[in-house]
Amino acid sequence: MDFIPNTDKDRREMLGDIGAGSLEDLFSDIPDDLEVQGDLLDKEGETEQELKENVREIARRNEEPGDRLTLIGAGLYDHFIPSVVSHVTGRSEFYSAYTPYQAEISQGTLTWMFEFQTAIAELTGMEIANASMYDGGSAAAEAVLMAQEYLGKDKVIVADTLNPRYRDVIETYLPLEDKQVIELGNKNGRIDRKELDEILSEEDSIAGLVVQSPNYLGVVEDLEGLKEKLGEAFLMVSTNPVSLGLLEPPGSFGADIVVGEGQPLGNPINFGGPLLGLFATRKEYLRYLPGRVSGKTVDREGEEGYVMALQTREQHIKRERATSNICTNQALNALAATVYLSSLGPKGLKSLAKINWDRAHYLADRLVDISGVELAWDQPFFNEFAVRVEKNPEDLWERMKEKGVDLLHPKNLKKTGPERGFLIAVTEKVSKSEMDEFVRLLRKEVE
Amino acid sequence: MSTVYDKSESGKQGTSFSRELLAEGDPEGELDSELLRSEEPLLPEVTQPELIRHYTELSKKNYGVDDGLYPLGSCTMKHNPKPMEDLAGDPRFQKHHPLVSEEVVQGNLELAYKLGEDLKNISGMDGITLQPSAGAHGELTGMLMIRKYHEVNGELERRRKILLPDSSHGTNPASAAVAGFDAVEIKSNEKGTVDLEELRSKVGSDTAGIMLTVPNTLGIFEKDITEIAEIVHEAGGLCYFDGANLNAFLGRVRPGDIGMDITHFNLHKTFSTPHGGGGPGSGPVGVKEKLVPYLPVPQVEKNGEKYGFNYDVANSIGKVNAFPGSFGVMVKAYSYIRALGDQGLREVSGNAVLNANYLKEKLKESYTVAYEGLCKHEFVLSGSDVGGGVKTVDIAKRLLDYGYHPPTVYFPLIVKEALMVEPTETESKESLDKFVEAMRDIAEEAAEDPEVLHQAPKSTPVGRLDETKAAREPVLRWREEESGK
Repeated sequence: MDFIPNTDKDRREMLGDIGAGSLEDLFSDIPDDLEVQGDLLDKEGETEQELKENVREIARRNEEPGDRLTLIGAGLYDHFIPSVVSHVTGRSEFYSAYTPYQAEISQGTLTWMFEFQTAIAELTGMEIANASMYDGGSAAAEAVLMAQEYLGKDKVIVADTLNPRYRDVIETYLPLEDKQVIELGNKNGRIDRKELDEILSEEDSIAGLVVQSPNYLGVVEDLEGLKEKLGEAFLMVSTNPVSLGLLEPPGSFGADIVVGEGQPLGNPINFGGPLLGLFATRKEYLRYLPGRVSGKTVDREGEEGYVMALQTREQHIKRERATSNICTNQALNALAATVYLSSLGPKGLKSLAKINWDRAHYLADRLVDISGVELAWDQPFFNEFAVRVEKNPEDLWERMKEKGVDLLHPKNLKKTGPERGFLIAVTEKVSKSEMDEFVRLLRKEVE
Repeated sequence: MSTVYDKSESGKQGTSFSRELLAEGDPEGELDSELLRSEEPLLPEVTQPELIRHYTELSKKNYGVDDGLYPLGSCTMKHNPKPMEDLAGDPRFQKHHPLVSEEVVQGNLELAYKLGEDLKNISGMDGITLQPSAGAHGELTGMLMIRKYHEVNGELERRRKILLPDSSHGTNPASAAVAGFDAVEIKSNEKGTVDLEELRSKVGSDTAGIMLTVPNTLGIFEKDITEIAEIVHEAGGLCYFDGANLNAFLGRVRPGDIGMDITHFNLHKTFSTPHGGGGPGSGPVGVKEKLVPYLPVPQVEKNGEKYGFNYDVANSIGKVNAFPGSFGVMVKAYSYIRALGDQGLREVSGNAVLNANYLKEKLKESYTVAYEGLCKHEFVLSGSDVGGGVKTVDIAKRLLDYGYHPPTVYFPLIVKEALMVEPTETESKESLDKFVEAMRDIAEEAAEDPEVLHQAPKSTPVGRLDETKAAREPVLRWREEESGK
């Protein structure tokens, strides 16, 4: 299969007009010894039918997702996606367009970007949001870079209850010797405030604190008073946008930057990507904001329209002095989130958040009925929680997998604790019968 | 332009969820009141028919490659094959969590592994990471590997400079800077390629590496590429190849064979996955043997008949994303490579270069070509000679009236009033001829009635928009009081 409309006749005519004898002549500027000899892949092209059959054969080598119960979250959550989402994102006027540099024929993209920015700013309780980052992890790293740049300070405190994968990305992004990460421990699943006080009194040049709520262990952090402790240093909060249907947003606690993984808003987990980084902040930091933003303006007749605003922050204008190197972002995933949030509205989002809370608490209540299983902490949680088990968690993980239940492997809790435990996520897609069956299976292994 | 917020009305909702509640309490009773949301977020409230009408209306105010020619230089706006969209949407690919047991997702791991192998073969590289989310993300990954390489060799303290031709993409210097390097510009010579004398004068013991785009953004092949690589290698630096323009010699030239140590791929350019209105992309990075120990984790590996993730990479730079990359995009790129096969790869580059040279030849009659001679997949015109006080922006905006997406404008920076044109291989001769006609008409208009160009566009949903106002008085979100609602 190829996608080339020119015929041999076309090619002959075109070559004639150029004054070349053959296609190969067009590559005569490349020295022969630099050109590839022979085939690189040793593959013949496939027809459409062959391709579909062969690639679906690979898909079949996965276990059927519908046959298994997955209780893994850890930053990505499997939610019900209303049909309107794919019907909108499937319109090729959206998905086959480039970045909206030519505003007059990109009003579709620029308008939904403006809607997205509004919805994310509202949801997080912040003043402004950009049109997306790659994922929650890189958004957290960009937040740290922005805080360091704005304040001219090098060190950043990172809660150990931040998703450890986000912490990894932050450390990758901060390789410079003088830029450091200071870890803040947890006490009973929440950040240790006493330790924070100690760090703040001992260290100088602190650019900010990165916390997550609900945190990696599922616990809803108490953000009250953190900004006051930090002073001018940035309070950066990573969050799950679905939880904000129910929980007070970080903006109400004085957060300077709110980031998060937007995948739960209408995007499939897709084996980890493409995802959707969220980034919201306060107006006063606007000139330091990474990434694209759509802004409202007028045309020559005074008609309202949208453009990519503040492009002078961006790499294609500022080059090495840009606020970030990001160019392509996650536009189509952000469109999915926009349509998703428009479909739910504030009431739908609240009811979704409540169902998530409800199911997770139902399962938690059933699980602690099993002797040898207890909640890791007596702390408020949203749709994910940690349990402690008496039996060897690795063995239990293996046994549950054999029975068709996928749990997060306990090695993922090594840094945070609980030492012998599981982190369990439940969304509205997990039914009562599935949870009851899981409880039955686990009880059989544990008791 | 009305937003979904302007159409919102309290109490409306487009979808709803299961009504079954199971737990004993409810969150409003159980959670401390200070944790509960005190004020409802302002989200749109619309019914399903209103929602679909709104977004369909918006889609009609957009222009995608499915609508017509999209000759954006360096962006490779080629046709997005539809079978690939269907394959990537297969729930057996889409539904899995990346942290499930590897046994459950052998198919996904196999596909990722095989895509990696294909990309290694296509680029002549020895190792690969599929993790980066876009080209610029790939560049940053490459820069961080260069850092780590010099750090491990104890030379980072003095090697702080990344050399870049003045024709490079804006992301190049920005990526070098994010990784903590100083970007040092090298001027192009009169032929538009790297000036070797200038390079020799700037390379030294402080050089960390060079970032090259080949063919460069003028569409010209760097004929001295192996010599450039030798100069940089001799000084102890590494060579980074910006793969944004790989479409020019897919199946014909491999960065790994011409002295390059690292390259990124833009799956959303060369490998035909859609741009999505600005993303998601995917920017895998290939490296030569000596840089394999620095690749991000996890790596996708094959052991016997089993596929799995490997987190044990000696000097890994770590992770650049929380999870292993844009799998959905990988499915499309892998399928594309399978559809093409070896012959198809060469036909892509052959026809991309044919279309570009043909278009250049035809447009030469009415516009100044910045650099003469053979071009590869793209070429640059200058809008500075059309007369009537017409600028490149006027030409671009007038093209909108003719129903086209304009070329990339004002880039590369080294050409005055630049128009950078990349037709891609998926345009027909007929389509190119029509575009040539439109461009010719515009050149005539510029001479006879330039005001038409200054006033353009006239047929789009909005006229030329005031970007200065958008920057001076930024309005970045909807507010009821400003909406006239």
